[in-house]
Amino acid sequence: MDGAYLAQQILNGLILGSMYALVAVGFSMIYGIINLINFAHGDIVMIGAFSTLALLVVLGLPLWVVAPGVVGVGALCGLVIERAAFRPMRGAPQVTGFIASLGVSIMIQNLGILTVTAQPRNFTFPDYMLAAVSVFGFEIQMVNVCIMLAAPLLVVGLLFVVHRTRLGTAMRATAENLDVARLMGVNINRTIAATFALGSALAGAAGLMWGGKFGQIDPLMGFLPGLKAFVAAVIGGVGSIPGAILGGYVLGLAEVLFVGLLPPVYSSYRDAFVFGLLILILLVLPNGILGKSTEERA
Amino acid sequence: MLTIRHLDVFRGRTHVLRDVSLEVGRGEIVALIGANGAGKTTTLRTISGLLPARNGEISFAPREGGDVLDLTSTPAEAIVAAGICHCPEGRGVFSRLSVHENLLMGAYLRDDRQDIRRDMEQVCAMFPILAARRNQPAGNLSGGEQMMLAIGRALMGRPRLLILDEPSLGLAPLVVEAIFQLLARINREGVTILLVEQNAVVALELAHRAYVLENGRVVMSGESAALAGDDNIRKAYLGG
Repeated sequence: MDGAYLAQQILNGLILGSMYALVAVGFSMIYGIINLINFAHGDIVMIGAFSTLALLVVLGLPLWVVAPGVVGVGALCGLVIERAAFRPMRGAPQVTGFIASLGVSIMIQNLGILTVTAQPRNFTFPDYMLAAVSVFGFEIQMVNVCIMLAAPLLVVGLLFVVHRTRLGTAMRATAENLDVARLMGVNINRTIAATFALGSALAGAAGLMWGGKFGQIDPLMGFLPGLKAFVAAVIGGVGSIPGAILGGYVLGLAEVLFVGLLPPVYSSYRDAFVFGLLILILLVLPNGILGKSTEERA
Repeated sequence: MLTIRHLDVFRGRTHVLRDVSLEVGRGEIVALIGANGAGKTTTLRTISGLLPARNGEISFAPREGGDVLDLTSTPAEAIVAAGICHCPEGRGVFSRLSVHENLLMGAYLRDDRQDIRRDMEQVCAMFPILAARRNQPAGNLSGGEQMMLAIGRALMGRPRLLILDEPSLGLAPLVVEAIFQLLARINREGVTILLVEQNAVVALELAHRAYVLENGRVVMSGESAALAGDDNIRKAYLGG
């Protein structure tokens, strides 16, 4: 094994990690604000991938129009799901929301099968996205370069909204104490809806990237990214946005290096490895890498 | 300014407030005293729209001679917009937000940036410790400092009626005294105050009038001085 091979694997890990981070951030935000473990979050990735295909191939729009469109579709899905499934059960026990999110997930997947069939589709990106470009002596497909640049940009944009705007401050206040946020005059329904919209917009963008990178999409494709985002968020510390970003990259790197550095016979165990890693980290750091303990000063 | 008539509130199946009526006049400090579980916090949370009323009415006239709002049918954010700022039980500062962000949350519904900045300076002049700790997470403040932050945050909303839930809770006597002097000053500057206290001694010293709640009912009310001199009150709440 030489240095170039290792560097190539690290690069692959960063690409995968970028997408995990993008999905995990939204997952973590939604958990942070209403303590909901949203298993339907990964299915927004699928919707993002299929809307990319529809806009790009069926309508023939250029990619720079498609990308913001897909982000918008993701946001819209988040709004609809929150309004239809989660708002009516606000205040219910956590497990109720968890089960409802599984229900939403299964419903989205089956609606997908009904409308586009379970048959996997080829996801055809424009040729220039698939061409290899040379970056620091590495041959990388253009689509991967874009993923590595766009994902951190989107995350930085999100951090800006969360930490530097009035809406973001209201989101963090609501996440910390819903009732006191109401006493400040925050419309919590609108704030929670905005959180779903933002988180789901990033998941939609991840769908575009996912399709572009792996070249094939189907209505059940969202399950794994959703689960991995959950793992990434838990590794980083659920509810913490920096934690979700870090968890995404750690997970992506670990997964790729596991496959790349061990003999090929082990590569089919990659998912087992990912979940094993989750258990290991939780044994050592029960609150995740950046998670805070729940104790607070009175 | 605030009139509550025949208010009944349930929490689940428990009948917490029974036929509560009380009144807060413009410019007054009114205290609500009573034992733990008497329904004091429930009364305040119902006024602020966090809990629904089963029966009765809560009317609030923000301006003298102006419109009267029925708070039982007004959403919480509109109640804040009408000028009721509520310092909740346990202070309720956002411990992960900075001191500055906490103060900004108090002005959440305002969009007059320059006035907000001026009020921020005034609050910081009133509580210099807040200015010194501006960028620290509020969770790092001591209990007394958090109380100051909670009051400062409520003032950032430019309240007409300031509601305080147990401002003395868990604070050292000297700190309580400082806070209550400050409340008197805020009141002299034109803010009406409704406060809930278990510490009846300090509450009756500060307030003009008081109501005594027992098991969800108003059992006595009157001028603070008269209540402080009442034998029953002395036995039950003032330690003899």
